[in-house]
Amino acid sequence: MKETKVIELDEVAIRFSGDSGDGMQLTGTLFSDASALLGNDIATFPDYPAEIRAPQGTVGGVSGFQVQFGKKEINTPGDFAHVLVAMNPAAVKANAKFMKPGGTIIYDEDTFDEKHFQKAGFTTNDPFAELNLIDYTKIGVPVTSMTQESLKDMGLDNKSILRSKNMFALGLVCWMFDRPLDYIEEYIHAKFSRKPLVVESNLRVLHAGYNYGMNLQHMTPQYVVHPARIEPGLYRNINGNQATAWGLLAAAEKSDRPLFAGSYPITPATEILQVLAERKDLGAKTFQAEDEIAGITTALGASFAGHLAVTTTSGPGFALKSEAIGLAVMAELPLVVVNVQRGGPSTGLPTKTEQSDLLQALYGRNGESPAVVLAASTPSDCFWFAFMAAKIALERMVPVILLTDGFLGNGSEPWKVPSMAELPEITPRIALNREEYQPYRRDPKTYARFWAWPGMEGFAHRIGGLEKNISGNVSHDPDNHQKNCEIREAKVQKVVDLVPDLEVCGDPEGDLLLVSWGGTFGHTINTVRELRKKGKKVSLAHFNYIKPLPANTAEVFSKFKKILVCEINLGQFVAYLRDKVPGMAYYQYNKVKGLPFTVQELEEAVIKHLEA
Amino acid sequence: MSELKYTVKDFKSENEVRWCPGCGDYAIMNGIQRVMAEMGVDHKDYAVISGIGCSSRFPYYMSTYGFHTIHGRATAVASGVKCANPSLNVWVITGDGDAMAIGGNHFIHLVRRNINLNVIVFNNKIYGLTKGQYSPTTDRGFKTKTSPYGTIEDSFVPGQLVIGAGGSFYARTIDTNLKMSQEVYQAAALHQGTSIVEVLQNCVIFNNGVHEQITDPAFRQERQLMLRHGEPMLFGEDNRKGLIFEKGKLKVVTIGENGVTLDNILVHDAEDPDPGLHLALINMKLPAFPVAFGVIRSVKAPVYDQEMELQIAGVKKNSKITCMDDLLRSGNTWEVKENGFEPGPEGCPGRSAIL
Repeated sequence: MKETKVIELDEVAIRFSGDSGDGMQLTGTLFSDASALLGNDIATFPDYPAEIRAPQGTVGGVSGFQVQFGKKEINTPGDFAHVLVAMNPAAVKANAKFMKPGGTIIYDEDTFDEKHFQKAGFTTNDPFAELNLIDYTKIGVPVTSMTQESLKDMGLDNKSILRSKNMFALGLVCWMFDRPLDYIEEYIHAKFSRKPLVVESNLRVLHAGYNYGMNLQHMTPQYVVHPARIEPGLYRNINGNQATAWGLLAAAEKSDRPLFAGSYPITPATEILQVLAERKDLGAKTFQAEDEIAGITTALGASFAGHLAVTTTSGPGFALKSEAIGLAVMAELPLVVVNVQRGGPSTGLPTKTEQSDLLQALYGRNGESPAVVLAASTPSDCFWFAFMAAKIALERMVPVILLTDGFLGNGSEPWKVPSMAELPEITPRIALNREEYQPYRRDPKTYARFWAWPGMEGFAHRIGGLEKNISGNVSHDPDNHQKNCEIREAKVQKVVDLVPDLEVCGDPEGDLLLVSWGGTFGHTINTVRELRKKGKKVSLAHFNYIKPLPANTAEVFSKFKKILVCEINLGQFVAYLRDKVPGMAYYQYNKVKGLPFTVQELEEAVIKHLEA
Repeated sequence: MSELKYTVKDFKSENEVRWCPGCGDYAIMNGIQRVMAEMGVDHKDYAVISGIGCSSRFPYYMSTYGFHTIHGRATAVASGVKCANPSLNVWVITGDGDAMAIGGNHFIHLVRRNINLNVIVFNNKIYGLTKGQYSPTTDRGFKTKTSPYGTIEDSFVPGQLVIGAGGSFYARTIDTNLKMSQEVYQAAALHQGTSIVEVLQNCVIFNNGVHEQITDPAFRQERQLMLRHGEPMLFGEDNRKGLIFEKGKLKVVTIGENGVTLDNILVHDAEDPDPGLHLALINMKLPAFPVAFGVIRSVKAPVYDQEMELQIAGVKKNSKITCMDDLLRSGNTWEVKENGFEPGPEGCPGRSAIL
């Protein structure tokens, strides 16, 4: 037997891919969790089709899951994968473009036949040549037949047997990357506790895959990735949607206002509603509405009744909520609207990521209709910005729009769990003084009105969508309308005193400031670090607070020769900055492919602007 | 709790009421205020939610908590109010345009969920606030500003939507009949679940007399059937006419003719879970039948807002998670020990330093 080739790496990206029904998302998630438990830092990116089960074996039906893990801080799932696990030829075809040159492809050789080649649209019997994947390490593994072989005496039908194929691949990859199987075994036991046959079959196949790797180690190199140096503490894996839901729950507890979520299922935001619906033990009320409009209007009703009200959606649903956001602006009720952005316009690319709802969030309503706009930057910090969105809404009596995106919502990373005591206080503006109460009497510092709800003795009042005076009564007075329009805008701008100053990563002055916002942080910070290693005078300013902008934005920008705004749209934030922070040398780099940035393309864009 | 006694005046706001002189809305508001005063509910616990339309100005004329929302969404906003705080007494004020057209979806889903709200649908078969366009309840062929040659569509019968959506309470009344209206508002308020009250309301400006055939005092007895639970379905002069069920259909008969006696006449059972006869009563129209009024359907059914509370209480009792700190530490977590951690390269901190 040849000696096993052991390769030590700082970071590795693996992409699992197969048919939508092959269980690749679960395989990827289990591998990621096992890696995080070993102490690696990780970042994941599920990349799946909009169709639940597209025709088997076709490129359109390929579902992928990429994870990068390493011994250093991991900020992205990796531009390109070192290792591709492909359950059929279509998976190779769909994912070849996401591979590092010279990477390793592990494929199920049982599916590499004429039938599958045709389905995947190959015209020859050599898919690798057809895709020009010449210098790659290609390891054919009889995944299907080995799975069948290891389960032949269990009396299962072929369909059930094939369902365990993903476990063979998982076992094999675990051996290659030196992951012990105990976490995965525990998961299988817990998940199928009532189905001993399923537990038995999955475990058998998992071990068969692991042992296959060990026995045939002359073919497969083994990689070692040491644990990362990360901040000590208690950790868990979390994706952006779960973090968003938990941030809202944390805000409800901190503010002592019960949570009400009115929402309608929509990809990729649905999971937030699902996670909240599980939390009846924390008193969360969830209302699956008949449509997006009822989602937000039930939430507004709950806000009128004194709850921390939220509605969660994605682009098209956000469009449907516009009128009701306007009502929240006019009535000056606290409300959090979460938009997990996806590719648009219209139905667009439901399962793909984009940052193209920024201008909709800022301006997409009738009338002068200002709302606070925040954006989260990593899967785990969705928790923090959901919490902050609720804090601002409750303390300033204003609707707050939180923008995340499909990349953050579905992507996951290890998260150092905070304790509730560490989080800032939330003090809702609850009315206290009956004698002086008028619904639109404002705090002179923040311009926020006071909140009173039905059931509170002595505060009965009327509010609505019509322009009003201080007592809430309808007013058509021209001067009053102008004054109110201005004060609603000023109230949002006053939120700036809750907004931390913009920080610069890198030197405070230089040739170029890379500017990004929201879910691109992992890629932009890696870009800037890489370029700085190469001696470039480049810094990063990343925005989480869009409206209002941090107070020192202009000051930060003024120290750089060029401002390069990178975003996953055709230039929405840069247009906003040109308007709000004029006089800077703005340049832009835009991509709208439904995919995250790659560090490589950002580096190239920056260098182009440095050399221009 | 001390006896809560209010007068109608306690429910009037200081705002000048600005409906047109002679508008049916005045009488409806008066009736609702009267019922509110007598219900023994604390004034602070009333909330009145409206959409858009003439009737939806209603909350501004009340002294209770009120929310004048956006077109069609009053039922949804009120659903949120009630689910947030089921101890409130919540009234929805809406019209045929607001509830049947732009808010049609919310209307049927509210009824389906059976949230404990009282919904007053002011049905004048016209858009009044926009000055006279046909609505979803306008009769086929009717000429309005947007149907100068007559409409070419059939109208909704609100009661049919209630039955179709599995509703637990439906009543019909007339703005000018104060006695009947008050009885109906009170029954609606006492019912546990979504109470839909359709009020035939007269718009004096854009659709004056739309319900005249029904309300004309000269023919009132012949054309209106007042339904009361447990009482026979009688109408006409001296209650000589009645309804029987024959060959699967309702039929008008006269007592004393063709051997018909009082015993043959149907007795109204508003509490019958089977909606068959309720639907037949709702469908009755002139001239073959009188129009049915009163509480047509009032049945017991699970109430959404109460179920929501019960489910939360049940889960709370059995869950190990009692606060956020429990949740944050639940499931798969791991401890990272001291390992020489540094917060990112110098001058370019990592994400933890940015927050």
